This record gives sequence, structure tokens and C-alpha cells, in this order.
Amino acid sequence: MDKVKMARQFIEAIPHARELGMEFTDIGDGAATMRMPYDPRLVGDPETGVLHGGAVYALLDTTCGAAVIAHPSNPGGTATIGLRVDYMRAATAGQALRTHAQCYHLTRNVAFVRATAMDDDSENPVAVANGTFTVEGLK
Amino acid sequence: MSRRRPEPVQVVKQRRDAALQALVQGVPYVQFLGITFDRRGDELTAVLPFHERLIGNPMLPAIHGGVTAALLEVTAVIGLAWSVLWDEIEAGQVDAEQLIAGRLPRLPKTIDFTVDYLRSGLPRDAYARAQVNRSGRRYASVHVEAWQDNRARAFAQATGHFLMPSPRG
Repeated sequence: MDKVKMARQFIEAIPHARELGMEFTDIGDGAATMRMPYDPRLVGDPETGVLHGGAVYALLDTTCGAAVIAHPSNPGGTATIGLRVDYMRAATAGQALRTHAQCYHLTRNVAFVRATAMDDDSENPVAVANGTFTVEGLK
Repeated sequence: MSRRRPEPVQVVKQRRDAALQALVQGVPYVQFLGITFDRRGDELTAVLPFHERLIGNPMLPAIHGGVTAALLEVTAVIGLAWSVLWDEIEAGQVDAEQLIAGRLPRLPKTIDFTVDYLRSGLPRDAYARAQVNRSGRRYASVHVEAWQDNRARAFAQATGHFLMPSPRG
């Protein structure tokens, strides 16, 4: 089975990712691209309809984890050790969020990942993330 | 020259709780996750009841890291907004009745948020409490801890910086 299909099934098995409507658009070689449709239930500011930072964080965290799993040298699963998100601007109300994560370095124990979140204006990211994840060996 | 008689305790309590409820219920995402706030004086504890849809790892099972981050961020934002609001209500600058009627203050905006995952979130209720380490006119720094069965064994903690809403008027 190809990795895209595997990763898709993996994420679809995560109840919370499914609840938020997260889906893969691409995955492979330590990188992952995901999409989350706009949903009024995830709004943080009802006056503007802007998504809550927590929902953006959840999508970035999931995409980063997927990038670690998709790294060719990573034998197993992963868990987040630490993740920092910088919120550069509010996501435009009504627009889907797209994220891209890259696992740019992997040691025996730790994976290093960075990610970006965008709405329709891809030139100006909504948020960027930097994180460390566990590398789980095969037992 | 007589001092005004303090209001009956139930009246004060009811008004404060209603103001807090108005603040919390104004945020759809807080409702979506099912987070409620328990108030003791000015101290708030966020409560996240466990639900299947919060699972991130069905094998363990464990709460999704995004849910943990969201709980921490919601607690930080509401905790920060409440601490400012509390002072304003006490000083008479904000009328709690207006809040209850739906005229809600703008919430602080997250500038950055860093989560430390200490252990996996178990499939049971989680709690969180925020500590406002600095609250200035423009910027604030908040630390949050989340725990489950044992307060002394936090399963995640976070620090974030926030942009304060510009003063009304």
C-alpha cells in the first residue's frame, strides 16, 4: 500500500482529526500537506468569524506528526514533545486552512519539524510552527 | 457619610457567574470542545470532560495533542480576559449587566503559544489553570498547566504571549 493511502487511513482513524474535517492533500518523504474546511463551530471570535487559535494549533500539530511518520528514516509512530506556534494574522472567515509541514532533521530519538498554515492568500501565512517530536523505534 | 451596605452575597455571586458564563459562551470553539469554567473568587479552573471525539491516538488511547493545546490556549485567553474584566467590574468601569446582555469585550489575541507535552493525556476529564505572569497595556504573558487525576503531575504546560484589545471608547 502506498504511503499516501496509509497516512490517510492513519489520520482518518483519529477521531479528533475527523471531527475537525482534516484531510490530506499530499504526503511523502518527511513532508505532509493538509486541509481543514472552515467550520463555524471552530470560531474564536464570533464578531469576526475568525477561527480560534486552538483549532489552527490542532491542524498544525497533526500535520507535523504526519510529516514525522512520513519520514523515510522513521520506523514507527510519533508523539509531540514541544510545539511553538506563532500567529501572524487572523485566518480569513469562511476560508479553509491549508498546512504544510516538513520534518527537516531526524535523530535516533528526536524529529525536528516546521510547518506553515495558510488560507486563500498563500503569500501571507496565518501561522508558523516549530516543533520537536519523539522517534519511536520498532520493538 | 455612611458607607454603602455591601450587596447580599448571592447577588454578587450570581452576577459574577453570569458575567463569566457570558464570556465563555460567546466563544463557539469553547462550546465545541465542551470546556466549562469553575470559579472560586477570581480563580478559574477550566474543565474538559472526556469525549471519544477528543481522541488523537486510538491505540493508547490518548487525547489529541491539538485538544490539549486548545484546552491550554482557551484557558489562557479566558483566564487573561477574566483577570482584566474582574478588575474593571470591581472598579465599576464595566457593568456586568451589559456583559450578561451580550455586549462582550474583545478577547486578547494570541501572538505565540508554546506547549510542553509532559505525558500523554488519558481518556478522562482534564483540568487547567492559567497564571497571568504579566499583563501590560499592550502585551501579556501567561503560563498554563493542565492535569488530570493528580494536580502535582501536569500532563502538559504552556506559555503564550498575547496582544491586549485596545481600550474601549
